[in-house]
Amino acid sequence: MKQTVRKPVLAVGPFHPLQEEMEFYQLTVEGEKVTGIDVRLSYNHRGIERISETLQFDQVPFLVSRICGICSASHPLAYVQAVEELAGIKPPDRARYVRTIINELERIHSHLLWVGLAGHFIGYDTVFMWAWKYREPVLDLLEEITGNRNNYGNVKVGGCREDIADDIKPKIFKELDALEKKTEMLTKAVLDDPVLHARLKGIGVLTKEDAVRYAVVGPTARGSGVAVDVRRDDPYAAYGELDWNVITQPEGDVFAKAVVRLLEVFESIKIVRQALEKLPSGPVAVEVKEIPPGEAVGRAEAPRGETFHYVRSDGGNRPVRHKVRAPSYVNVPSFKASCIGGHISDVTITLAAVDPCYSCTERLAVVDGRGSVLQDSDALLKLSREKTERIRREMR
Amino acid sequence: MNWKIWSLKKSPWVFHVNVGACNNCDIEIVNCLTPKFDVERFGIKLVGSPRHADALLVTGVGTCQAVPRLKEVYRQTPKPCVVFLIGACPCGTGIFYNSYHVEGPVDKIIREEDPNAIIAYVPGCPPKPEAIISGIVKALSAI
Amino acid sequence: MNQKELQDRLTEIQDKLIRIEQPAANRFYLTCESEKACAVSRFLFEDIGCRFVIITGIDNDNVYEVLYHFSYDLLGCIITVKAILRNRENPEIESITPFVPGAEWIEREVHDILGISFRNHPNLRRLILADDWPEGVYPMRKEVQK
Repeated sequence: MKQTVRKPVLAVGPFHPLQEEMEFYQLTVEGEKVTGIDVRLSYNHRGIERISETLQFDQVPFLVSRICGICSASHPLAYVQAVEELAGIKPPDRARYVRTIINELERIHSHLLWVGLAGHFIGYDTVFMWAWKYREPVLDLLEEITGNRNNYGNVKVGGCREDIADDIKPKIFKELDALEKKTEMLTKAVLDDPVLHARLKGIGVLTKEDAVRYAVVGPTARGSGVAVDVRRDDPYAAYGELDWNVITQPEGDVFAKAVVRLLEVFESIKIVRQALEKLPSGPVAVEVKEIPPGEAVGRAEAPRGETFHYVRSDGGNRPVRHKVRAPSYVNVPSFKASCIGGHISDVTITLAAVDPCYSCTERLAVVDGRGSVLQDSDALLKLSREKTERIRREMR
Repeated sequence: MNWKIWSLKKSPWVFHVNVGACNNCDIEIVNCLTPKFDVERFGIKLVGSPRHADALLVTGVGTCQAVPRLKEVYRQTPKPCVVFLIGACPCGTGIFYNSYHVEGPVDKIIREEDPNAIIAYVPGCPPKPEAIISGIVKALSAI
Repeated sequence: MNQKELQDRLTEIQDKLIRIEQPAANRFYLTCESEKACAVSRFLFEDIGCRFVIITGIDNDNVYEVLYHFSYDLLGCIITVKAILRNRENPEIESITPFVPGAEWIEREVHDILGISFRNHPNLRRLILADDWPEGVYPMRKEVQK
């Protein structure tokens, strides 16, 4: 019987900082095949739902934006929409469009970040450097619009805290044009590379049935043919008024998920352009007097999938209960289905394909039946890159 | 100047530890490595083990689960070392100060382990890569 | 299925529910006793074909509430099953993990923070609290917060 013993693995030699986030996975193997997986969370548990109950309704967006650095626009938006639903508040049209613009810009830089990381894990460090270089202008743009590269603090109950100045529009359009060209180049580099096809196709497959059983969302689901996207299913902000496509791929492997994310960047660029062109005039917020007793839910499509918030009020000025569900919470467990039966050289990229609030990959270790660590995260990363090299050599 | 301090200042090898962060600061640290900022040209290198590090880059509030591990990492890092607290969270727990699962702030935890620890604070939420680089340079010049 | 058809189908399990509330066209709240929650959830997941979203555990002074949130994506509806647990000494409810493996983590989390037991859960161990967190201290319970 395979017995997983939790080893207090400390510095298992992560490759770079993103890999220090402390969630811990242990894989059991038979030979080089993965047969089981155990997970330990807790390192990142900050008790946010409890803190929320001590804050006032309009302070909570600042808290939830810091749940995760790269979904920092989606969480406050989902929360604020829940409170607006509870209180029957309708944000002005301009606010809905501004929210859309900020959230899509976040999706763009999050997906580019993922492309870079995925490249790094399989040994394409040039892709990593390019993708992260191309992100920078998007972050600078967000800083100009909202005041910060991340943690925008742009939504509040009733609308947005800040407006988008009209004189910045030409700059955004120009940046989007440049970004579109760079993403086209990056996409071609990925989609046309036979080594990447061989390396990523058929790897880490999450079947459509498993995608449903594990209730996954976002590109993880859409890459397995499950066409779930909150922007279309339960339109919020301005998505119901704009023309864009939900991207799906049927294969369910790592390659399919990469394709979904890359193509979504183009859709996001399309959405931002339309939102800017159609940006209605008017105020960006309505006045909010009080939040009545009641309960409501709010959701947004974060880069990783559906972010869901549930809020209950008793008529006071603090939430009585605030439940937060980040998309990675349902996506990461599906790693069990996509990884078991696979080879250990593929675990790093399979986990990365789920796009966990990045970083869970380094907290991977392979243990034997007695619980001794056979391969730490550094070793797994090395195996992954060596496999790519082997494929490249065979193709010459 | 002692040769250990000289080499620390000349080319600090850093080990990054996340003790309960939202990842924003972690991403900004990695951004420092990417072409726009490119800190490797200053000799700043990320290493895979605290035993090879001159400096620790700590992000996060210090959750109950992560704190014992942080102390262990600090013990394993050869002295002299500089502990950089990147972001509002390790500097003073930021917005998470009254949580049941937070034991921070991190400087208090490091000082429990070593009252003479050298600690540098780089506040921000997250601090921009320029701020991180500036903080590291300032701290190293002051040693 | 359209909106009307969904509403009709929900009446199929009306006998298991205390009440159905529909505060908005695409928001349903089905309140029921804790013993019925598993059957209602199964109906939503398997018969209607909803997607499981998450579970919220609430300490509501004299009862515990376990809310199962499901999403019917074709209509953008969120259907929440509100299970009332009246036994405060030993709050227990049947796990839905056997047919919704995606619920495994959240049931463990609710167990950690509220001390609710999920019967027939495959792996009800600690998930999010620290290794050395004291047993029996549930941070989201009202008495712990005072």
